Amino acid sequence: MCLGIPGQIVEIADTERKLAIVEVMGVRRQVNVACILKDEPIESLIGAWSLIHVGFAMSRINEEEAALTLDILRQLGEAQEEVEAMRASERMLAS
Amino acid sequence: MSVQMKFAEEFRDPVAARGVLAAIARVVDQIGATKEKPVHVMEICGGHTHAIFRYGLDKLTPPGLEFIHGPGCPVCVLPMSRIDEVIEIAERPGVIMTTFGDAMRVPGHRKSLMQAKADGADIRMVYSPLDALELARRHPDREVVFFGLGFETTTPSTALTLLQAAADGQTNFSIFCNHITVPPPIKALLDDPHMVLDGFVGPGHVSMVIGLRPYDFIARDYHKPVVVAGFEPLDLLQSVLMVLEQIRDGRAAVENQYSRVVPDEGNPVSIAACAEVYEPRPTFEWRGLGEIDASGLRIRPKYAAFDAEVKFGVGYGMGARSAAEPEAEGCRCGDVMTGRIKPHACPQFGKGCTPEMPLGALMVSSEGACSAYYQYGGLRLEETV
Ligand code: SF4
Repeated sequence: MCLGIPGQIVEIADTERKLAIVEVMGVRRQVNVACILKDEPIESLIGAWSLIHVGFAMSRINEEEAALTLDILRQLGEAQEEVEAMRASERMLAS
Repeated sequence: MSVQMKFAEEFRDPVAARGVLAAIARVVDQIGATKEKPVHVMEICGGHTHAIFRYGLDKLTPPGLEFIHGPGCPVCVLPMSRIDEVIEIAERPGVIMTTFGDAMRVPGHRKSLMQAKADGADIRMVYSPLDALELARRHPDREVVFFGLGFETTTPSTALTLLQAAADGQTNFSIFCNHITVPPPIKALLDDPHMVLDGFVGPGHVSMVIGLRPYDFIARDYHKPVVVAGFEPLDLLQSVLMVLEQIRDGRAAVENQYSRVVPDEGNPVSIAACAEVYEPRPTFEWRGLGEIDASGLRIRPKYAAFDAEVKFGVGYGMGARSAAEPEAEGCRCGDVMTGRIKPHACPQFGKGCTPEMPLGALMVSSEGACSAYYQYGGLRLEETV
């Protein structure tokens, strides 16, 4: 929960609420991007990588850093846990 | 697998790692630290503790360097009374309690959230506080409560979710706030006369939110070095080297090894959202450490409608609290937490207390020192016998 996971922003979901869709290890989910937005339009985030913490994009990182961090999280077993938590939460909401 | 093989397989850049390890050994020597009289470096963050054990960094570094595992796992330091309180709320009719999965197995005085769920309370694991808010939208007839916990990394997400709920006028959503902050327990540890600490490896992701300035007092008032570090083994080793070099040179400064993720000034949007939503509690209890001044956050009165403590009349100052938290028989969680003993010195370690059936919270999360020892350290201990 504390380490978060890198994800790539692929789509904007709600401009007013600052929500975007990120892809994390092949899993897509909605996240809030308020913390990484400066003055630029939200669309400019498409393609950007960010560390995602419990549904919030917290820091923009470059692609290389994203790959490095993902490797570490995989080795620590945290990446799988994080993605499983995302999936389980989605299932819970759908039920 | 031999240490050498592990090394080649697991280090992204084994050559660089070897270089840094050699430099660490040299500086430890220059400091004059030995196995008998080691230099003590505390890693504050539980993620770092996990990485140190996972990569065996404590075994690769010289015996004159000792890692002390800090209180940086939010699940591990949550006092039993807060678990009791969250269960008390969860067991109210009409309530859906939502929580991160990490908190499910933390023991309370009566039971854990997992046991409360088995007993019939509606407790659901969520990945994000946003999912808890979404659940409230979908169940207007129920009271949805989010069990907010974590350090500065997760604190803004709860604040921003609350602000969204307020903007939406969501009336059946509230937060049971247990957010805590890193600097106050560090100050408490530094003020403890039994504590021997020579320097700190600072938390990467917490610092990404708060920046470097909140650690200034450690260098200025206590003359100890702090180096904010990433999670990669090489990041960690480099940060340890930076701490050791400061010690050798008699310097004390706050340095940033992880500047590719951590801006010195932190994240302004997060800082502003937290200032808007929370105020410090006069005091907050930490499992194993006791009450620490201004170490916890509560929701400001202007957002009382979203504060589960107010809504349900449960929480700090609302009921009888045991002043000092009695630990289970034979538990040494407090001593482990303050670095006085290593986890395997606890009589319950691996016997009454395992990750499957934790007695103490340090065994619950993979970031807890006891769980990390159990997962990785135990094996290695046997190898060396
Ligand atoms: S082994 Fe269990 S009881 Fe002993 S210190 Fe660790 S968490 Fe506490």
